[in-house]
Amino acid sequence: MSVIIGLEIHLQVTSSKTKLFCSCSADYRNSPPNRNVCPICLGLPGVLPKPNRYVIEKAVQLALALGSKISDRLVFMRKHYFYPDLPKGYQISQYTMGRYSAVAYGGSLEIFVKGRRKIVRIRRINIEEDPAKIIYPEKDPWKSPYTLIDYNRSGIPLLEIATEPDLSDAEEAVSFVEKLLELADHLNITDPSLEGSFRIDANISIEGGERVEVKNIGSLKDLEKAINYEIIRQKRILETGGKVVRETRHWDDIRGVTVSARHKEFEEEYKYMPEPDIPPLEIDHSYIEKIRSLMPELPWVMRERFIKQYGLTDYEAGVLVSRKWLAKYFEDIARIYNKPDKIADLLINDFLGKINERGGRFDLVRARPEQIAELLDLLDKKVISIKILKEILDKIVFDGEDPKKIISEKGLTVISEDEYLEELAEKVIRENPKAVEDVKKNPKAINYLVGQVMKLTRGRADPEKINVIIRRKLGLLR
Amino acid sequence: MRRGASIYRQAQIFRENPSEALEEVYKVYENIEKKENILKAYITLRPLEDVLKDVRKSLESKKPLSGILIAVKDNISTEGIRTTCASKILENYVPPYDATIINRIKSSGGVIIGKTNLDEFAMGSTTETSFFGITRNPWNIDHVPGGSSGGSAVAVSAYMAHMALGTDTGGSIRNPASYTGIVGYKPTYGFVSRYGIIAYASSLDQAGPMTRDVLDAAFLMDIISGKDPMDPTTIDHGIESFSREIERIDPGYLRGRRIVLIRELWEGADRDVVSTVSGYIDKLMSEGLEVIERSFPEIIYSLSAYYVIATAEASSNLARYQGILYGLSEDPSNKSWTEYMAKIRGEGFGREVKKRIVLGSHVLSAAYYDQYYLKALKMRRILRRGLEEILKDADAIATPTTPTTAPRIGEIRKDPYIMYLADMETVTANLIGGPAISIPAGFINGLPIGIQFFSLPGKDLEILRIARASELKTGLHDILST
Ligand SMILES: [Zn+2]
Repeated sequence: MSVIIGLEIHLQVTSSKTKLFCSCSADYRNSPPNRNVCPICLGLPGVLPKPNRYVIEKAVQLALALGSKISDRLVFMRKHYFYPDLPKGYQISQYTMGRYSAVAYGGSLEIFVKGRRKIVRIRRINIEEDPAKIIYPEKDPWKSPYTLIDYNRSGIPLLEIATEPDLSDAEEAVSFVEKLLELADHLNITDPSLEGSFRIDANISIEGGERVEVKNIGSLKDLEKAINYEIIRQKRILETGGKVVRETRHWDDIRGVTVSARHKEFEEEYKYMPEPDIPPLEIDHSYIEKIRSLMPELPWVMRERFIKQYGLTDYEAGVLVSRKWLAKYFEDIARIYNKPDKIADLLINDFLGKINERGGRFDLVRARPEQIAELLDLLDKKVISIKILKEILDKIVFDGEDPKKIISEKGLTVISEDEYLEELAEKVIRENPKAVEDVKKNPKAINYLVGQVMKLTRGRADPEKINVIIRRKLGLLR
Repeated sequence: MRRGASIYRQAQIFRENPSEALEEVYKVYENIEKKENILKAYITLRPLEDVLKDVRKSLESKKPLSGILIAVKDNISTEGIRTTCASKILENYVPPYDATIINRIKSSGGVIIGKTNLDEFAMGSTTETSFFGITRNPWNIDHVPGGSSGGSAVAVSAYMAHMALGTDTGGSIRNPASYTGIVGYKPTYGFVSRYGIIAYASSLDQAGPMTRDVLDAAFLMDIISGKDPMDPTTIDHGIESFSREIERIDPGYLRGRRIVLIRELWEGADRDVVSTVSGYIDKLMSEGLEVIERSFPEIIYSLSAYYVIATAEASSNLARYQGILYGLSEDPSNKSWTEYMAKIRGEGFGREVKKRIVLGSHVLSAAYYDQYYLKALKMRRILRRGLEEILKDADAIATPTTPTTAPRIGEIRKDPYIMYLADMETVTANLIGGPAISIPAGFINGLPIGIQFFSLPGKDLEILRIARASELKTGLHDILST
C-alpha cells in the first residue's frame, strides 16, 4: 500500500519588525501578554488593514528561490470562521478562486533521502495573518476551567507553502521541511530556532483510502511521529476491511495521537470573499527583478561553493550551510584563519553541540570570529591541547572571553619545559615496572604510561610530546 | 445666524468675532432643548458645558472650523465617546481611538456636539431599526427622517448642529437629506478615509457631509477628504480646495452643461415626485442647462446587485461581534464557545441586521457564490461600463433622490420590499463608486423632496458645481430655519 503525503507549512516571517497589517511589534515572544496590540490587530470596530510591504517582498523572494511563478496581481481574501483566537471573525489570507490568486504557484525543492534525490513540487505560496494565541491554564484543554487569549500573536505575518502530494514517508517529509527551513533561514524570513516559528499540516492518504488532514504539528519530531501514527492508523483500518474517511484530525502532542476534529461544520464553509479593504496590488516585472537582484546566495549554491572553495566534504558543507548564521560565522573565521578543515571540525564537532544544548540559539553566541581563530591558532602552536580547548570553549563562546586571557589566568598553558616532562616521565617509568614490561612486548601499551604523565600534569601537557619522551627513555626511539 | 447663511461664511464671522460663535452654541442648544425630546436625533449628546469649553479653546486657535458644531453619525468612532451603531451589541462600547475624519475635524478646530441616531449598523432607510428608538422628521413628526443617517439629517435640518457627518452605503446620506430638506453628498469612493468608520459594506461605504447648502458640503470636504495612510482604499483626489471651487459658482454655470435623465430611474418614482423634480429641472433649463433622456435597461438590476454585495460584506464585517473584547458580554461560565457566541449575537443584533447577516452568509457560501456574489460583481462592471458610455457627452445624471417623500412612521416596516425600493435611485452611485449629491428640489404636502446628481468616480467637482448653481438658481438652499 503506497503512502501519499502533501504538506502545508506555515512559516512565521520572524524577521519582520511589525505585524502583517499594523505597526505593532512582531516580537511577541519577548513581551508580556497582550502588550503588542492596537485597534487593528484586536479587530476593533472600524479598523482597516495596512499591508506590510516587507512581508510581500519576502514572499516574492521565497517564490523566486523555489522557482515558482509569481502572480501579477496580489489579492487578499477573507476566510471566515468563528473561534476565540480570531478577533475579526475572519482571517485575512489568500485563496485561489477565479481572478483571485495566491502570491505564487508552482516551483520545486530538491531533497536527498537514503542517498536518493527527489524533486518535491510546490503547489502555491500564500501570505496570511496568524491568529491570537490561546492559552489553557492546564496542559490539557479539556481539563482547563477557562481559556486565556494572548493577542500579541494576532496579525503576525505567515507564509503558507503547500506542496503537491509528492512525499511518501515521514523521513521524506521531515527532510523536506528541514530543507525549506534552511532556505527560509538563508532568505532571512524565518528563524527556525524560535518556538512556534513554523507549523505544519500534513495531508496523508493510503492507496485505497481517503485523504486525512492532520493539523497542528509544531516540530520536526512531531511531524515524524504524527505521520507514522497516521499511517499505522489508516493501514490498520484498511487491513481490517474498514474505510478511511475524509476528515480533519488534530495532532495531540501530549498523547502522541491524532484526534478527529470536533465542530466539523466549521471546517468546510469558509465563505471566502475578496478583502474589500485592500485593493489588488500589481506586481510588475521590474519589482520582481529588483527583488531578484537583492537575493542572497541560496543554500544549495553556497554548499557547492564551500566544497570547492574550502575543500570541505559534502557532509561538512551541508552542516555548516544548514543555518545561515553558522555559514557566515564559518566564513568570517576562514577569512582570518586559513585552515578551513580545522574550523569546520571545531564548529561541527564541538561548537554546534554546545549550541544545540541551548536549543539551537545562535543569538547566545558572544565569541567574535577572531576569538575562535585565535583559539585554533593557539592549538596549532601547541600552546594548548585539544582537551584544554574543550574545557574553555564554553567560556569563550558564551561569555565572549578572550582565549589568551583565560589561559594565562588559569595557568592552563601546555607545559613545554622538556626537563620537567622528562622528570615526570622518569617518575612514571620508575613507579610502573609492570607497564614498562608490557610496552616492551607490545608498543601500543605505551598509552597507559602517557596517560599517567598526563594525569600528573592535570592534562596540560601535549600527549604526543610525552609519547616521544617515554619512547626515548625506554629505548624504543633514538 | 441669518437664515440661509452658509456655515462656511459663518465660520469666517466666528473667527473675527468669537462672541458670535458662543451665541450660536446657545442657539443650537436652545433648539435641542425645545425639539430633541420629540425628534430624538441624538443617541449621545455632549453636555453644553463640555462643548462650550471645547468651542472656547477652538476659537482661540482660529482654525477653519473654529466654533463649528459637528454632529456625527454614531457609526463613526470617537475616542472617549461611546459609539453604538444604534445596536444593543455596542450599547456601551467606547472606542479608544478617533476615526481619521474625526481626527481631521478636531485638528481643524471643529467641535463634536454628539452622536446621532441611525438604523442599526446603518442597515435601513428610515432610522426605525435603532436600538435607541426612532428619530422623527422635523417637517412632520409623524413621518420618518429617512436613513440610515436620519439623526444627522435631523440635527442639520432642525439646526441642532451646524453640520453633520453621515455615511452612505446605498443612499444613507442622500435618502434622509431628501426627506429632511438638506444637502447630502456622497463623495467618490476613496476620497474620504473609512478608517474608524464601523463597516457595513466595505466596498460601498463612504462618509460624507450633510449640510445646509452645497458650499458647506464643499467646505467640510476640504477638511475630511484626502489620502489616508490608514486606509489603503483612499486615493489622492488632487483637489486643493473644494470650497474655493464652489464659492465662485453662480447660476450662469448651468449654461451649456448637460445632464442625462435615465428613463428607468424615473419610472419607479411617485407621480408627485416626478412632477416636482421635473419642474425643478425646468427652472434649471431656463438658465441654459441641457437635458437628454436615455434608456439603460440593465440599471434595474442595480438594486439586486447592491443587496447581494452589501449583505455579503455585512455578514463578514459583523462577524467580529462576539462578546469577547468589547460590546455586549456576559458571564461565560458553563457555556461552550459556540453557545456563548450564539447567545451574544442572538441578543445583541436586531431583526434587520440578523436578516442581512443570514442573507449575506448564504450568498457567500460555496454552493451559491457563483450564482449570487459573482454575478453581482459582474453587474457592477456592466453598470460602470454602461454609465461611462452614457456620460461620454454629459456632466451628470439627474434623478429624484427618493421615489417618494418621507413615509409615515411604521409604514415601511410592514412591507420590507418597499423599504428596499427606497434605495432604487441611490445604490447605482455606490456600485460604481461615483460621487452623488442630493439637494432640496421642492415640497409635496409640506414634506421636502430632493433631486440627485451623480456621475463617474472622480467627477465630484462637476456635480458639486451643478448642484451649487442649481440651488442658487432656485433659492431652495434657503428653506431651513435657524
Ligand atoms: Zn496591532
